[in-house]
Amino acid sequence: MRNLLTSTALALTVLASAGLPAMAQETLKIGYVDPLSGGGASIGQIGMNQLNFIADEINAKGGVNGKQVEVVGYDNQLNPQISLVQVQKAIDDGIQIIVQGNGSSVAVAVSDFVTKYNERNPGANIVHLNYAAIDPVLTNEKCSYWHFTWDASADIKMEALTNFIKEDQNLQKVYLISQDYSFGHAVAGAAKRMLEAKRPDVEIVGDEYHPLVKITDFAPYVAKIQASGADTVITGNWGQDLALLIKAAGQAGLDVNWYTLYAGGAGAPTAIKQAGLENKVFQINEGINNQGYGPAEERAGALMSRFSDAPVYYPRMFNMMDMVFAAIEEAGSDDPGDFIPKLEGMKHDSFAAGDEGFMRADDHQFFQPLYISTLGALEDGQKFDEEHTGWGWKMAAAVPTESTLLETTCEMERP
Amino acid sequence: MIEIIVVSTLNGVLYGMLLFLMASGLTVIFSMMGVLNLAHASFYMLGAFFGFEITRRIGFWPALVVAPLLVGAIGMAVERYGLRRVHSHGHVAELLFTFGLTFVIKEVVEMIWGKLPADYRVPGSLDFAAFTLFSSDYPAFRLFVLLVSIAIFLALLLVIKRTRIGLIVQAALTHPGMVGMLGHNVDRIFMLVFGVGVALAAVAGVIAGPILITQSNMAGLLGPILFVVVVVGGLGSLGGAFAASLLIGLVQTFAVAFNVSLADLFGSTAAGEVLSVWLSDIWRVTVAQVAPILPYLLLVLILIFRPRGLMGTRDT
Repeated sequence: MRNLLTSTALALTVLASAGLPAMAQETLKIGYVDPLSGGGASIGQIGMNQLNFIADEINAKGGVNGKQVEVVGYDNQLNPQISLVQVQKAIDDGIQIIVQGNGSSVAVAVSDFVTKYNERNPGANIVHLNYAAIDPVLTNEKCSYWHFTWDASADIKMEALTNFIKEDQNLQKVYLISQDYSFGHAVAGAAKRMLEAKRPDVEIVGDEYHPLVKITDFAPYVAKIQASGADTVITGNWGQDLALLIKAAGQAGLDVNWYTLYAGGAGAPTAIKQAGLENKVFQINEGINNQGYGPAEERAGALMSRFSDAPVYYPRMFNMMDMVFAAIEEAGSDDPGDFIPKLEGMKHDSFAAGDEGFMRADDHQFFQPLYISTLGALEDGQKFDEEHTGWGWKMAAAVPTESTLLETTCEMERP
Repeated sequence: MIEIIVVSTLNGVLYGMLLFLMASGLTVIFSMMGVLNLAHASFYMLGAFFGFEITRRIGFWPALVVAPLLVGAIGMAVERYGLRRVHSHGHVAELLFTFGLTFVIKEVVEMIWGKLPADYRVPGSLDFAAFTLFSSDYPAFRLFVLLVSIAIFLALLLVIKRTRIGLIVQAALTHPGMVGMLGHNVDRIFMLVFGVGVALAAVAGVIAGPILITQSNMAGLLGPILFVVVVVGGLGSLGGAFAASLLIGLVQTFAVAFNVSLADLFGSTAAGEVLSVWLSDIWRVTVAQVAPILPYLLLVLILIFRPRGLMGTRDT
């Protein structure tokens, strides 16, 4: 009997001490739910690297409100169902801040799930920080108080891109090629709508949808573009779907201008260099290397030398975490219920060039300066090349924050 | 229109020949050893990465020879020390073994070369346009890939039909038990066939790497379609694998070229109005959109109507 008592007491002590660190909450945990295996792993890993980099930066300065930041990875395999399981797992681990970005289908599912979870569990206060999914529904029909997005939506990007394209007097025939899912349709739809309004004389000679990350040889698609006589291709493709498309185009000698949303993503610069498409591929995003802005060069340089085998990063992820940490410090609490009001309307000097952007409270969309750039051989004064290709992004046009403002249909339900 | 047809035919044949390089090894291994080698596409990936690495250090031409030999040697070692031991535990164990192998190979590749695509380029000596068809260039390297594939197909045919080794392999395809009874070293034949089979996949990797993508998920992209080729072509039939590869290559490229949907075909007829309601989901989907699914549709149809495949010699 005495033995039993001692062992019970012992067991309880062990249990209690094991439970202590969790109770004390010395760390601020951030759940990163993105693909860490399978076809999307290459892009998912880049985000994870950057998040860890940012966490190490802030921890070296003493953390956020004195707490050390810890990033916990949850592999969602780019699948909406698996994502929900992983988000639940993160919540069970006591995490309130979920970072997710890749795949609009995933983002819509996660945002929905988080919103419902918060409704059913008052006080749970889970927030979804989205750094990459840009389907416009996320900030319109399906907007949520618990979802914030830092990348410009597909509509905003397409608005800016078509404003740039419409000045090109040689533009006559446009070919649209997109991945066959919600985001691809959103991009192609916006491009069609806006081109018809801005340049009614331009003919849209192709409107193609292909399956998401399933095509290995784009030569047949390129042959079709070639036959259509297009002089310009607009695509929302990302990852291997863009790299392979560009590669096939280079091999067939397809001579068109490319307007893309994700030519800066992993693998694409390598493909553009291989295809020899110097200054033919345009991208629109929230910042590039070689903008000559000291603080960005220093920080991005440190990140790229630490992850030299995949020297890619998202400027928007710096914006996102800097703003979230600022909001947490301002609120004096890392409970999203407390810091969300601080985040709404917050102004922030964007990472890439220090120009001001702001988080619109109406739809939780971050508005920021956007930049249109082309990839070509490094020129004098340019420090950074992409993926060790010797080619770097060169600025073609800058779109100030004011020109990116679009109306929203969001009717946000606030708790 | 003519332009699309000619270019699609060339592209389709090329893609088909690449598929054949991989499927030939798979089908022979499958029919001889009864092992569905799930890791076959992984050896294709190994071929591409070895090719990339050797090209970077010595050059493309040595890579074309050395990489398949290396991968073939690895394949033989896998057969000798892995598959053969597992063999006594039955087919399920073999299947699981090759399934596990895909993950091991993928992880090793990611550890060495990372998850990003490798910068594997077309060799300089073949980096020009072979000829210009209508308005598009046809790259010399693609022509080279086509010629290599055809040469390998002919060589394989010759070996199988005209040599003693080929005779035994052929016999083993249809009567594996009897060949063993006749005193041939079936184990060694198996090892050889496995090695040659994966070496062929590696050749495909070395020459397809620069055209397609050299990345750690490339095996996953091509793996499933290989099984379609093997099943459609028929078990143990090289001719069948050849026909099925070309068929799938052509079906896929031609389907992409056409924007025909059910709405275009029946839209104006009376039946069209009824159909458009019932088939609302797929009414406006074009053939081009479903192109990548067509091979799998073919697989299902073949399994229903002709389970032994186009030119299969036996059912099991």
